Amino acid sequence: MADDIARRTALKCMAFGAGTVFALSGGIPVSFPLAEAASPKHAGAKPLFVQISDSHIGFNKDANPDVDGTLARVAAVINDMPAQPAFILHTGDITHLSKPDEFDRARQILKGLRTSELHTTPGEHDVIDQGRVYFDGFGKESGGKGYYSFDSGGVHFAALINVLDFQQGGLGALGADQLAWLADDLSGRAASQPVVVFAHMPLWTIYAPWGWGTSDADAAFALLKRFGSVTVLNGHIHQIVQKVEGNMTFHTARSTAYPQPVAGTADAPGPLKVPPEKLAGMLGLTSVSLRRHAAAITLADRTLA
Amino acid sequence: MLRRLAVFVFVAAALSGAASAQDTTVAIKSFKFMAMDVAVAPGSTVTWVNDDEEPHTVTSETGLFASGGLDTGQKFSYRFEKPGVYKYRCSIHPQMTGTVTVK
Repeated sequence: MADDIARRTALKCMAFGAGTVFALSGGIPVSFPLAEAASPKHAGAKPLFVQISDSHIGFNKDANPDVDGTLARVAAVINDMPAQPAFILHTGDITHLSKPDEFDRARQILKGLRTSELHTTPGEHDVIDQGRVYFDGFGKESGGKGYYSFDSGGVHFAALINVLDFQQGGLGALGADQLAWLADDLSGRAASQPVVVFAHMPLWTIYAPWGWGTSDADAAFALLKRFGSVTVLNGHIHQIVQKVEGNMTFHTARSTAYPQPVAGTADAPGPLKVPPEKLAGMLGLTSVSLRRHAAAITLADRTLA
Repeated sequence: MLRRLAVFVFVAAALSGAASAQDTTVAIKSFKFMAMDVAVAPGSTVTWVNDDEEPHTVTSETGLFASGGLDTGQKFSYRFEKPGVYKYRCSIHPQMTGTVTVK
């Protein structure tokens, strides 16, 4: 019981990026130097899982002519972590054009991970063929639906898909069937159990003109509201954007392939070409750990630089 | 010579007032179909060319036609036989929409 109360009280979120760690405590962002991240104060328990995203295997333009290489480097960074995560989460756009050979290459590179357990949710680039190839491979776990759930380390994970049924204006959508499934999946669970929800496109509206949001996500948030610790993880926008609202932490991941412009700073979203020496600092991964005694789920972003 | 012939055909069609099939190209550039709305006569072929570094698709809202993923420089053509308004979008970036009006 004491553990339950502790687990539902505080939520902390740390992001390592460009040499700074951002901690969110009670919804207030605090930043401190990266050097402190290794101190016992911040060194969390064994990472629960690592999130990677937007690998775009098959992309070969100027913004990153070697997306296979950068995904392999991300895998190497994960393999070098002192404590291996229980599993790897890929939040979509594994491939660039949903081609079978792109999925195969991604699979080969990800096989180099010491952690063999992998969970995925597709991006719109993975389902150009309506998911035919994806659901036959990476998406098998979801039984052809795209959404599924599992438990790990006492945390409940719900994988959602918001790239199959786009709404007017280009926002992603979950759809009535998936929302009904989520309601059923969450019902009867103790509100003290931490919940992690992940999908490719942001579940909250970051920038509607570029379609960076999900039209019916509020219905999902209503179902999640009663839980003491909810973490919402997304990809799609190739940069970190985060916010904390009550007991919900929202976080988007960097890409393993190429950055995209900050919302509204270009005519359109798309690959952002940066000087080669700057690229590694804009790619990366997110490490997530659960700190039982600190009652927190901790997110730590790392770049390749 | 070909250009002169095309001009002649166009002028003849304009003079007679009758719609005649003409092929049209729509560029896909900076996440836009250009032009977003095109009007063609029945029997015309519309060709889309992806000029972006991002892949796009040309996907009919009714399922009538679907290009699949078009990488940079790739093209997709569809011949419109019947009059009507055909709406389409890019299935990867659905904020990109366009229409082909056949009349």
